[in-house]
Amino acid sequence: MAEGLIAGLVVFVLASFVGFEVINKVPPTLHTPLMSGSNAISGIAVLGAILIAGQKQLSVTEVVGVIAIVLATINVVGGFLVTDRMLQMFKKKEVKA
Amino acid sequence: MMNFLPSAIQISYLVAATLFILGLKQLSSPATARQGNVLAAIGMFIAIGGTLLERQVISYELILVGIIIGSVLGTIMAKTVAMTDMPQMVGLLNGFGGAASALVAVGEFWRYQSIPESPTVASMIPIILGVLIGGVTFTGSVLAFAKLQELLPGAPITFPLQQPFNALLAVIMLAGSGYLLVNPENIPVFLAVVAISNVLGIMFVLPIGGGDMPVVISLLNSYSGLAASVAGFILMNNMLIIAGALVGASGLILTQIMCKAMNRSLGNVLFSAFGSGGGTAAASATGAQIDKNFRSIDVEESAMMLGYARSIVIVPGYGMAVAQAQHAVRELVDQLERLGVEVKYAIHPVAGRMPGHMNVLLAEANVPYTQLYDMDDINPQLDETDVALIIGANDVVNPAARHDQSSPIFGMPILDVDKAKHAIVIKRSMNTGFSGVDNELFYQNKTMMLFGSAKDVVAKLVSEVKQL
Repeated sequence: MAEGLIAGLVVFVLASFVGFEVINKVPPTLHTPLMSGSNAISGIAVLGAILIAGQKQLSVTEVVGVIAIVLATINVVGGFLVTDRMLQMFKKKEVKA
Repeated sequence: MMNFLPSAIQISYLVAATLFILGLKQLSSPATARQGNVLAAIGMFIAIGGTLLERQVISYELILVGIIIGSVLGTIMAKTVAMTDMPQMVGLLNGFGGAASALVAVGEFWRYQSIPESPTVASMIPIILGVLIGGVTFTGSVLAFAKLQELLPGAPITFPLQQPFNALLAVIMLAGSGYLLVNPENIPVFLAVVAISNVLGIMFVLPIGGGDMPVVISLLNSYSGLAASVAGFILMNNMLIIAGALVGASGLILTQIMCKAMNRSLGNVLFSAFGSGGGTAAASATGAQIDKNFRSIDVEESAMMLGYARSIVIVPGYGMAVAQAQHAVRELVDQLERLGVEVKYAIHPVAGRMPGHMNVLLAEANVPYTQLYDMDDINPQLDETDVALIIGANDVVNPAARHDQSSPIFGMPILDVDKAKHAIVIKRSMNTGFSGVDNELFYQNKTMMLFGSAKDVVAKLVSEVKQL
């Protein structure tokens, strides 16, 4: 189990650096969509929720898991859709309203 | 345990992680941002598909029900939210993500209760961390939402002995966690740890004023990523660890950018109850030194000044957004451009209620993003600007930030509208802005105050300019 922790830490640290590098140069214009977009990605917790809810026994674990699925899915779906709604408004040229 | 998983799942995770990174990358440019968001969404879809194939997932009915309910609710929220309410929306969604991660930790703890095997220290540490970070993210975000939605007063809430109380909570939290590492089967202690984590989230956001809430939401966004990462450690799932780390890092950078824009350290935002008590006290102190005379102007005269100017810089603030005046403003700009006036928008990094919020609001009114200028780009041009039109902005144009060391906003980068030849300020009244500081710009000779609600005033300006 300890080796698993270390391997996980390696992945975690490397992914953090990628996150820093990728996002460092975002222009202020896009900060709000970026925040809501990355917020949607944090709904990845839905994977964890599926993993614990999918076990075949009706128990506290499963109930808790299903609640977690609902919450995380709201985060994912709501996050991506609202980001798209914002971004579709960003236009380069004047469009006749 | 990972070795037994079919390679297909791992490959789907690899594809999803790549799509997340590419998506975030494309989100950094206005031209590709929308595509980037779609890529990240596809990544999420693939990751969920991969997870459904995992061996331990054997019952699908409840999962499907959960996903359908969540999708419906998420869609409704995303379609109905007003663009001005975006900070609350992000805050609330963020809270749900944090809650989900915390629940994963709780669920995993309960799974250990139903099997003979007892959790090792190495598996208890991530569970406790998950409960803590997820819980803080959840209640903190919900409280931030309540403050921004004005369900609760936006001012910092403090009470006597707050610090000792927080310290006591932290100590109990530590003691409880330590106890659980030794006795992982103790359910009451575990529940206490869950409860305290949630209370800590509330205590964390309670003393922070509404103006600083975007920083908090950004920080909580980072936490929700961390929480997802920790959930990955609990379940030994690389996909969760990677995506969580990406969000954790991005949230941290955004938080830093915001703090820099307000010229404050993160510690200062989190631990000083700025925005109510301190602000007003300092304001009355500095206010006394300023000559309190100001000039007001009417709509007709303003329209003349704008119509016959060569260059105009518009400084939109949250007041404009609240009044929903952005469409009227764009109409005004259309009319002015018809007269051959050069119009630019100056966007302060913290205009609106979160960084980039103003850009979204103006984009909603069909303002092309090429007309929007960041503070560093527009400031050198303000010397040659005929009229700076300030609509519902206040603190971000207060020259005191440059020279008055006693001002609470001293050192905050501002838009130098006082360097323009004239300034017209559209404002409801002479009330102070979010920081509670009086604005000396309003008392300068070249500044004219145009009182009224932003929407009405701008609409009247449009019809006046039309007649020029």
